[in-house]
Amino acid sequence: MHYLLSVIDDSANPGPADEPGAVEAFNDQLKKDGYWVFAGGLERLDASTVVDARSGETAITDGPFAETKEFLAGFWVIEAADLDVALELAAGGSRACHRKIEVRPFDGIA
Amino acid sequence: MSELDEVIARVHRDEWARVVATIARRFGDLDVAEDATAEAFATALEHWRAHGVPPNPGGWLTTTAGNKALDRVRREGRREEKQKEAQMLSDQLSGPAEPVGAVDDDRLRMLFTCAHPALAMEARVALTLRMVGGLTVAEIAHAFLVQETTMAQRITRAKAKIRAAGIPFRVPAAPDLPTRVAGVLAVLYLVFNEGYLATGEGSEPVRAELTGEALRLTRLVRELLPDDGEVAGLLALMLLIEARRTARVSASGELVTLEHQDRAAWDRTLIAEGHALVRERLASGQAPGRYQVLAAINAVHTDAHDLRDTDWSQVVALYDQLVRLDPSPVVVLNRAVAVAELDGPQVALAQVDALTEALDGYHAFHAARADLLRRLGRSADARTAYDRAIGLAGNTAEAAYLTRRRDELAR
Repeated sequence: MHYLLSVIDDSANPGPADEPGAVEAFNDQLKKDGYWVFAGGLERLDASTVVDARSGETAITDGPFAETKEFLAGFWVIEAADLDVALELAAGGSRACHRKIEVRPFDGIA
Repeated sequence: MSELDEVIARVHRDEWARVVATIARRFGDLDVAEDATAEAFATALEHWRAHGVPPNPGGWLTTTAGNKALDRVRREGRREEKQKEAQMLSDQLSGPAEPVGAVDDDRLRMLFTCAHPALAMEARVALTLRMVGGLTVAEIAHAFLVQETTMAQRITRAKAKIRAAGIPFRVPAAPDLPTRVAGVLAVLYLVFNEGYLATGEGSEPVRAELTGEALRLTRLVRELLPDDGEVAGLLALMLLIEARRTARVSASGELVTLEHQDRAAWDRTLIAEGHALVRERLASGQAPGRYQVLAAINAVHTDAHDLRDTDWSQVVALYDQLVRLDPSPVVVLNRAVAVAELDGPQVALAQVDALTEALDGYHAFHAARADLLRRLGRSADARTAYDRAIGLAGNTAEAAYLTRRRDELAR
């Protein structure tokens, strides 16, 4: 199964700066153990832009779609046999980046 | 009840969990397993009435449930998909993470799946009672005082999450086992407590069907994990509390505190079984967990002829041990209640008052304070504390007891 591990940061109480090498070491281990699919860290929340073309016209607005205290700071996509494996990997990711991780299964993957 | 009904009830009690867990493993789906097992029991009722009870009822039910599950999967055209999933599951089962030996039982897998930490606590409780306990949705809804449709939805959602999130049907790997066992025990203790301290207006003060079910399932876990100290501890704790159940509520529906209970009405068989488990754990020489210490405290209480005969220094020493394991305010409160018997109400009141901020919304905090204030002759303060306790008490027998104590205070 594929799982999205979302890194949750808190704008009111942000996690500390990454320990140099901790996330890289975690990534290397994921690749070595065959869980790795894809991962990325995101730019700051105020660098985001919302596009809405549902009405036919394209509207472009500055900023995130919702003002929330907690936000997505980065993610991993992993492949694991089941949720227990994914949860264990998420715990490793949380330790590496000092932030909470939300684990969510993919319904499908293209 | 006819003889056949009794046989069916007994077989249901003994075989439900085994049948549903076997089908769940074979088909890799809790939904299919639950429905097929329920149908197999319904078929058994008709078939056994006409043809007699087969020599191996469990085997008969497993075969019948397996056929029902196969029918359903075929009907829904999901056979290939399901068998692939089931194959994947059994591949996992033979994987290296699987501990071997005594824990190799489908019922154990079912327990760990139902009490998985990724599920909400109320979902874990409902699912455990349905899938392992074999209670009907209506029975569980009644036990937790919610609508049947609400409970059905809760169970359906939990099963959907297990499927979608990939919660495995397997015994956790050895390093995770202690915390996952603790998760299973927490579910069973919650069911027991809801029976023992039933809340809700118009509810019976003690719900024997819930305490009985929690005990039965804990006995099952003990059978499956005979070497786990905390499993033995929880079983002992439940036995020693259950032994006093009938003495704990008066004929008029009022709570009877330990001090005033008719100790001749305690169930000596349950107490003997509980004491034997506590002794077994002491003899193991291993450091006890929370449930074992709680059981030991209850063993001291059930060993005494009356309140004064109780070895209070032993009780306080055990609470000290418990505080080290679980320094929560509720544990500190219970310790203070024991301290009152050893060092007097004045010393205990100072300890209780220090918990005001943490426990101001908890009825037992105000009830304990009220009792200490009463013993110190501070009637007006005691009255205020009783009022708070009565307002917060969810249990009808407890509220009745507190009301009488308040009304007996000197003006």
